[in-house]
Amino acid sequence: MFCIPYVKCLPLIALYGQLLLGLINGSFYALLSLGLAVIFGMLRVINFAHGALYMLGAFVSWWLSIAFGIPYWGALVLAPLAVGVVAVVIEKTMLHQMYRLDPLYGLLLTFGITQVIEGTFRYFYGASGQPYPPPAALSGPLNLGFMILPIYRGWVVLVSILACLGTWLLIERTRIGAYLRAATENPVLVQTFGINVPLMMTLTYAFGAALAGFAGVLAAPIYQVSPLMGTNLIIIVFAVVVAGGMGSILGAIVTGYILGLLEGLTKVFYPEASNIVIFVVMAIVLLLRPAGLFGRAA
Amino acid sequence: MIKAGFAGAALAALLATTAQAQIANNALKIGVLNDQSGVYADIGGKWSVEAAKMAVEDFGGTVLGAPIQILSADHQNKPDLASTIARQWYDVDKVAMITELTNSAVGLAVQALSAEKHKITINTGAASSDLTGKACEPYGFHWAYDTHALATGTGGYMTKQGGDTWFFLTADYAFGTSLQADTTAAVEAAGGKVLGAVRHPVNNSDFSSFLLQAQASKAKVVGLANAGLDTTNAIKQAAEFGIVAGGQKIAGLLYTTAEVHGLGLKAAQGSITTEGYYWDLDDKSREFGNRFMKRTGRMPNMVHAGTYSAVMQYLKAVQAVGSDDADKVAKKLHEMPVDDFFAKGGKVLPNGRMIHDMYLFQVKTPEESKGEWDLYKLLATVPGPQAYFTFQDSGCKLTN
Repeated sequence: MFCIPYVKCLPLIALYGQLLLGLINGSFYALLSLGLAVIFGMLRVINFAHGALYMLGAFVSWWLSIAFGIPYWGALVLAPLAVGVVAVVIEKTMLHQMYRLDPLYGLLLTFGITQVIEGTFRYFYGASGQPYPPPAALSGPLNLGFMILPIYRGWVVLVSILACLGTWLLIERTRIGAYLRAATENPVLVQTFGINVPLMMTLTYAFGAALAGFAGVLAAPIYQVSPLMGTNLIIIVFAVVVAGGMGSILGAIVTGYILGLLEGLTKVFYPEASNIVIFVVMAIVLLLRPAGLFGRAA
Repeated sequence: MIKAGFAGAALAALLATTAQAQIANNALKIGVLNDQSGVYADIGGKWSVEAAKMAVEDFGGTVLGAPIQILSADHQNKPDLASTIARQWYDVDKVAMITELTNSAVGLAVQALSAEKHKITINTGAASSDLTGKACEPYGFHWAYDTHALATGTGGYMTKQGGDTWFFLTADYAFGTSLQADTTAAVEAAGGKVLGAVRHPVNNSDFSSFLLQAQASKAKVVGLANAGLDTTNAIKQAAEFGIVAGGQKIAGLLYTTAEVHGLGLKAAQGSITTEGYYWDLDDKSREFGNRFMKRTGRMPNMVHAGTYSAVMQYLKAVQAVGSDDADKVAKKLHEMPVDDFFAKGGKVLPNGRMIHDMYLFQVKTPEESKGEWDLYKLLATVPGPQAYFTFQDSGCKLTN
């Protein structure tokens, strides 16, 4: 038995089940906050449109399956690409003008974009959402003995970890990543070396957005594909990024998983508080370490 | 002759102005206040606004010579915001009546405020039976359904069908607790037992942890005392965890055609629900359903149909008493029987509860369904007096 005095006791086996669920939610948080961290770290833009892009990813997969009969596996590749293209349009037409300004302008712009995208989808599709079943190969539950694990959720954890790892390697360990980091520090200098910095900025934003779209495809079989799905998540993801340290890629990933686990435990021991626990942690972290868990003090 | 003509004309003019004068500010304004952008935007939302407009058009657009106007606003599920809007509507815009009011926390707040201001509310969207129970008001009416009716219908039926142990997933506010309490009473009255419950925040997208707890409880029925997007997400994820495949049953306690349609029959098939209206019940309900469909692209649920019925009945009452004076109209609303496509032989109790037949439905399988909106099979009709609290049992302290 695992007990929190005066609150609740739980058999260890049930606790493992809940921890595993926390890990699954943590995967979504990690994947989404990773995209946000990449965009903030490289472009200094607080991308409020991240939730809308995530929702867009889910809607594109639903739409691909309804209109063209393209299954989940196709959507896994095509939907992030489509979201990336949308992001290129946003960046080229509006966002690139915000880089020289205070980050608040970027935040306001992306907030406005979110309102437009979500409002449009709500107008056409309502709030109750569209059904999107998991692919046949991954549907059904798996009895682990201590809990019933839906196979699809196991897949989500696996894919998220791979995506997180891949992104981290790309930015921290490759030449492209090095250029990108250099361009953030001193764009003018990097440009004089013959590197096309504006193009890199555009691609970075598109990449961050595609990560959100990818998370959207992963989420479509779990949550109702609804115009509201991004709104629900974006605030939590912001809290994760802030607690992890704005712009820190490793911070976003690790904090995403930790807070997912913590939220999972809260859902068992004091469910009423499960939607605020992440913000409580964020507040404590900001008090003790204003730069975030993994952030470098400016 | 000419004199008599003049006198007649003068009298007619006088009558016209007095009739006009009975409607304050020369226009009768009705406010539709509900969630138009959040979790409950489909259970009511802008579709309820359309239903109210249809009622006004069908009534002829004017009452006692004054034009009828519909105002609408999104309260975003915030009782404080809803109260601010209601206050402004009453004080500045001179709104005579507010209807819909989805979200019980909002419904209770606005009903209390309206009573203070001597204004009528006809709630068609919120569920809590407290609206006509311990929180009842002389100007407050509750029209389409309530937690007691849902509990008696779905809770009573499933318990008698052998689902005699329950575990609840409950939305953590006035509505959820009220629905859980009423269902618990219905389950226990039918010989069942409640094994446990977990309260979740509203607008909670991930239900896996709660579902795992429900699964571990081994209860035969998992009761969802929530609504809107929370219900659809919980049902969708219950399928993932093999809850139904494992032998447990899901009871969506507030679950309308809007949610069933959004979820799709594949995920929703076989589940039981209680509603006060379904478009495909008879000729009259079909006629309204098809007109609503033409206008909005979707079939109405009980909240939309109930809003039409409430606005229509209110206008009839104003017409009958020749005034929009809240005391007179409220008295008339209490007396007038309700007989339309929504409620057959409906009547209003002294606590403001409009009682009418409720229907117990089972969601069709994809094979049984013949069209996009062919969603329900009728299992039973629960007569109004059985579905709702009697005035004496409601807990309402108003005197007759």
